[in-house]
Amino acid sequence: MAAKKWAYEDFEVGASLDLGSKLVTAEEIVEFASQFDPQPMHLDEEAGKASVLGGLAASGWHTCCIFMRLMCDAFLLDSTSQGSPGIDQVKWKKPVLAGDRLTARSTILGKRLSSSRPGLGFVSMRAEMVNQRGESVFELENTGMFLSREAAR
Amino acid sequence: MTLDEFLGIGVTKTIGAHTFQAGEIKAFAAKYDPQPFHLDEEAARRSVLGGLCASGWHTASMFMRFDALDRMAAMKGWQGAGPAPEFGPSPGFRNLKWLKPVYSGQTITFARTGLSHRPLASRPGWVMFSIRGEAFDPGGDKVFEFENAMLVKVGDRKD
Repeated sequence: MAAKKWAYEDFEVGASLDLGSKLVTAEEIVEFASQFDPQPMHLDEEAGKASVLGGLAASGWHTCCIFMRLMCDAFLLDSTSQGSPGIDQVKWKKPVLAGDRLTARSTILGKRLSSSRPGLGFVSMRAEMVNQRGESVFELENTGMFLSREAAR
Repeated sequence: MTLDEFLGIGVTKTIGAHTFQAGEIKAFAAKYDPQPFHLDEEAARRSVLGGLCASGWHTASMFMRFDALDRMAAMKGWQGAGPAPEFGPSPGFRNLKWLKPVYSGQTITFARTGLSHRPLASRPGWVMFSIRGEAFDPGGDKVFEFENAMLVKVGDRKD
């Protein structure tokens, strides 16, 4: 198998990674909500407008999933990722409405090698997504596990 | 019915159970989390996870489904004085942990515990309601947990 582009060594503390952008359509908002968050403001334009969200709005978990896909495509699928034990914090700061374009960026906060498992390292990140007006709509802090280049060989 | 009773403060409630089938695990992953251990049995067997398992976001989203259905049923079933409280948006969550993989074919049980509610000075008539969400595998081991808060419109009630 070809060597992955991103191993533990390749994440530099302080570096900021461009994760690309995604247009959020009404169709996919409704599709996600029908399956996973069937509240009226995620299913129906009029109900969304009448709610505090102000329009047909993506489920917060849909926003998380949109972020996950951007991160997968930007670097995670071409990395030595060993998964993540969880998410420290997510902030849904503003509604994500149908027609919004979200642009994601991730900053490396810190990294350390595992003391119990040689060749495994933990990389902490803070990510943000902004909409087409430059408003921050989403923040996420988490730690991912990555193999070192040597361990992934 | 008091607001505490309505919100289930101090109460752990089972809100649903779901069997994660291979097909839906792969369909979710293809859209949102296309890592090999969520897409392909053989790749999953060779991975650190040891078998096809659901994206952690799939598990979290399934919690949301059961929580949303339970909340909507609760609003319909309101028997207290005045209009039923209304659930609003959430500012986010903390301390989400994927404690064990959710493997293909496992039936996962979801539970919510009402922790507290406090009035919002910035939004009269609304409270911030905090919960803990959890999910358990067939052996009773916890596979997922997180802490969440959401706005609830309660009007000028005093309980």
